[in-house]
Parts: sequence; C-alpha cells; structure tokens
Amino acid sequence: MREAISQALWEEMERDPKVFLQGEEVGLWGGSYAVTKGFYDHFGPERVRDTPISEAAIIGSAIGAALTGLRPVAELMTVNFALSAMDHIVNQAAKLHYMFGGQMKLPLVIRTVGGGGRQLAATHSQTLDVIFAYFPGLKVVAPGTPEDAKGLLKSAIRSDDPIFFIEHATLYQVRGEVPEEEYTTPIGSSKVQRVGQDVTIISYSKMLDTSLKAAEQLAQEGIEAEVIDLRTLRPLDMAPVLASFRKTNRAVIVEEGWKSFGVGAEISARIYEEAFDYVDAPIQRVAQKEVPLPYNRSLEQLALPQEKDVVAAVKEVL
Amino acid sequence: MERDESIRMYLEMVLIRRLEERAAELYQEGRIGGFLHLYIGEEAVGVGVVSARQNGDRIITAYRDHGVAIACGLESRVVMAELLGKETGCSKGRGGSMHMADVSKNFWGGHAIVGSHLPIAAGLALGDKYSGRSGVTICLFGDGATNIGYFHEALNLSKVWSLPVLWICENNKYGMGTSVERASAVSEIRQKAAGYDIPSARVDGMDVVAVHEATLGALKEIRAGGGPRFLEAVTYRYKGHSMGDPERYRQPEEIRQWEENDPIGIFRRYLTGKKIASKAELDESDRKAEAELQEAVAFAEASPDPAAEDLFDDVYVEAQGLGTRPGAP
Repeated sequence: MREAISQALWEEMERDPKVFLQGEEVGLWGGSYAVTKGFYDHFGPERVRDTPISEAAIIGSAIGAALTGLRPVAELMTVNFALSAMDHIVNQAAKLHYMFGGQMKLPLVIRTVGGGGRQLAATHSQTLDVIFAYFPGLKVVAPGTPEDAKGLLKSAIRSDDPIFFIEHATLYQVRGEVPEEEYTTPIGSSKVQRVGQDVTIISYSKMLDTSLKAAEQLAQEGIEAEVIDLRTLRPLDMAPVLASFRKTNRAVIVEEGWKSFGVGAEISARIYEEAFDYVDAPIQRVAQKEVPLPYNRSLEQLALPQEKDVVAAVKEVL
Repeated sequence: MERDESIRMYLEMVLIRRLEERAAELYQEGRIGGFLHLYIGEEAVGVGVVSARQNGDRIITAYRDHGVAIACGLESRVVMAELLGKETGCSKGRGGSMHMADVSKNFWGGHAIVGSHLPIAAGLALGDKYSGRSGVTICLFGDGATNIGYFHEALNLSKVWSLPVLWICENNKYGMGTSVERASAVSEIRQKAAGYDIPSARVDGMDVVAVHEATLGALKEIRAGGGPRFLEAVTYRYKGHSMGDPERYRQPEEIRQWEENDPIGIFRRYLTGKKIASKAELDESDRKAEAELQEAVAFAEASPDPAAEDLFDDVYVEAQGLGTRPGAP
C-alpha cells in the first residue's frame, strides 16, 4: 500500500503544480513511513516542505495556502499528533466554507497514520477515525486496500473540500493489485469486497483485512459472509450496507477503535432506523477493549480486535 | 497621504464608530444575537493599517472584526445585514459578528478562536510566495492572542520560511478582563517577536497617521524580501470585551483618560491643524456617515433571512453524488 499511496502523490504532483506536500520529515528524510522517498530530489524543497514539529502551524498554514487556491497535502506523522492541531482541523478546516457563506474553498488533504498493533503504547497507537468523522464539513477517508488507497487519495487531492485521509500503520506492507491505467475512486462510496448471503460484515481500513480473513475461515465452515468496506466514514454511504443487510438480515460491524460511541454504534443505529423490518438477530459489534492500548505485545493484541473475535461475533448472530 | 485619502480615512473611522454604536443599540434591543465585540476606540488601528495596503495584500483578523471589514471596503449595509443574520450579509447570515469576510476584497475574516488565524495567515502568505505573487498578508490580533501556542508556532514558521506576512498586535491592554500585566510575561508585546528574530516596532495605536506610516514602512521592508515584520499598536477599547462584560477590572477614570485621546478627535485636530481639511468638511463627513448608517440599518432590516431549504448549502463544495441523505452525511 505504501507504493500505491506514493504513486498517487507523485502522479498528482506531476499533473498539477498547485499540489505540494508539507509535514514533519516529508522532505530530506523521505517521509517517516518512507511514503515520500525520492520526492524531495525530484520536486524540490518548495513543493516538498519540511516543517518544524509544529502541528498547528502545519495544518493552519496548509489551510491558508488552500484558501489561496493551492492544493496542499499536509502530513501529520501520526493521528495522535493531530490532537495538537485539533483546533485547525475542527474549528477552521471543517467550518470555513460554510461559516463564510461559501466564499472560501479549502482544497486541502490532511494525510495521517493511525492504528495500533506496533507496540507503541497508549499515546502512539490510537484509532481516532470516529472523532474526525463527527464533524460536518470534513470528509474522512480510510482505505483498506492498495487499489483504493491510490484511487481515493487521487480523488482527495482533486477535491475542493478538506479531506482527512487516514492510513493504517500496519497496512503499508500489505500487497495488492493496483490498476496500471489512470483511475480515481469516488469519495463517499462504500464497496462490497466479498460477496456472501449468510451475514453482512461491515468494516474498513485494517479491519477490512481482518474481516476478510475471518470470512475465509467461516467459509470453511460453510458460512458465506458478505464483507462491506466503508472506505469513507463521512460522508457515509449506507446504500451497499443496507442492500446487503436486506439480503442477509444479520450484521457484524468490525472496527479497530473503541466500541463506545464508535463506527459500530453509528452503523447499527442506521440499520435499525432504516431496515428494522429486516433484522433477524441483534447486531454485533467487534471493537477494541476499552483501555489505553498497552505496550506489552500480548496485552496489546488482547485489547485489539482479532479474526477470532469476528468469527465468534458472526456465530452469535447466526 | 493624499488629501482625499485622509478625508476618506476620517470618514471610515467615523463610520465604524457610528456602526458600532448602532450595533450596541440593536444588541440591547435583542436584534443582534450571539456575542458582539465592539471596535470603539480602536478605529485608528484598522483604518491606519488597511489604508497602507496595496491591492494584492490580504487582511485577516480576529473576532473584533467589524471595523476592519469596513476598512477593507465592505459596505456598512452588508456588515449590518450580517449582524442581523440576513442572507444579504457578507457571510450570508451564517457567520455573524465574529465571522465576517469578503474574499473579493481580500478580507479573509473574522476568526473567533483566539490566535487560531495566525497559522492560517502564515499559509495565506505561503500561498502568495509559492505562486510568485508579491502580496503581503497582514494579520491583526489582540494582545491576548500572544499568550497562546498558535502565536508562537505561526511566528516561528513565518521566520523559518521567510514568509511575506506583517504581524500586527492590537494591544488594547486587556485579554477579556485580564490586563496584559497579569497575563503576559512581557507587557511590551513586541518583545516576543525578538524570540523569532522578527524585527518589530511599537506605534501609538490612537494615531491613525502614525499607524499608517508604520504599516507602510513595514510593508516596504517585507516586499523587499525581508521576511516577516511585527508591529505593536497600543490602543484601547472603550467598551467592554463584549456586550456581556461587567467591567469589574477597570475604573471609569481609566476609560475617561483614554477617551480624551480619542483616535477620531486626534485625527480631526491633525486634519484641521494641518489645514488638510476644514471643520465644515469633516462635519460633512460626520453627516455622511450618519446617513450611510441609517441606510445600512434600513437595508439590513428589510433583507430576508436565509431560507430554511438552504440550511445544508455550503457544508461541502462537492456534495452531489455522494449517496447520502440530506442532513445525515
């Protein structure tokens, strides 16, 4: 997936001189996750801008540059550090277009890295996607496959809206087919990633991978799960979820973040609101245990949702 | 300054004063909602600064923004309409007192989270520099904003990247009700710029001519490629922080002393003393301002509220084809 994201950035920078990158170590270092390796030498320091460790300045100045018509891609090294730029993301980026009556546009992408599982302990391992998805005015994208990562990032860069783009730290190594030809993937569209008729599993980002693996395991027991990838949390495309649920009448929602007030809470509420007559079993949620994520490897894995948790939840609803 | 420009600046200052007085009345009548922060006493700063800019220079300020809006060339009628929450307001009634802008006049708001617009100002300047334009971004903020992290992050970035930005602190002595001495490690705010190696100056913010000249000088240095500059304008707000201010933190005597140095009075004496304008001409400006304000209030009152069906307009630029229900994106 690292390569797919890198390609998207490279191609969009080649295509449009208004696109530029800024963030901590995006330039000389080549990106703290090596996504922008080689960019500095090719595009130069004006378009690949190393910043101080200064999150409010990174996002605030990207907002300002976007207001002038540029298309900044601002990188926050991890989503945990986005909390230091929260005012600019929430009070500024999400609001300026609306609050000034539509006269300001923010063609801004904030790229960041989220998720746990790398023994970085509580402050560096959070899955904060839902916090950002709470705000009207922001769009929140979290791809689960290399193909989508590339297509969605290209769409994000071309969009005139502010987009919060969350890459999962443990997905960079994931391999997958990426089309050779030029393509973009629409923001705000969920996708059926696996067809099945017995149960609907709704997931995204890293948990898509976990869900697909669980689905394979279930298939060996003769249970065919349909797996929906949300891809974008806001705006949320419920159509494929509801279509699938009306077919299977059973749902499990799998997210990496904490369960309370989370993606599962939102999706299950929407299903109950919009497809109540189709409900055959209480909807199940698989999520992170409600603790600050511990450093110890086995405790960390215990707290994070696993394939076996998905399998167990599916069996619960069947 | 040219004679015509001087008279125009005088008119703007009076217009701002009348606008704010009328706004206070309308607020007390319950016709203006939310918070209302008045610019009375600080007119020389906004007018002095903005009158020194060139067309390509951007202005961005905090929530005490009505005066700066007028100085940027917004009509008093669209400012008043915004205060009344009307569709004809400069932000279509979505922003209110604290969030006014008109990007066609290079006025970029009107920002209500203290200090938050400073990094945005750095970005506006970055946009111009990146695109090879010669404009300078002029960012106004209060003394209270200089104690928050955004101020320091923005000043640092502006210096590291040598951005064409003019930082202007409107030091009106109080961050809400807490005096500069009680809130800031240094009471001469401009000293803070030294920590970022940004050249600074302090100017009498009650003297519009001094503010204008100091701004011109700083802009010239920035345009010559000198990187950011910092100006501290020492001023005073006669009214409370906002309309809900009990003003327990200062004595009436202090306000009276500042009122004797009223920026409009100072400029009036300057213009007549230097024989730039006659008393009769300035009286005529006073009447013009009064008449314009009456028209502005009538316009605002007659204007329609935003339509209910437009509630979801402008949440996104690209809202179509997203497969979402209105209201539940």
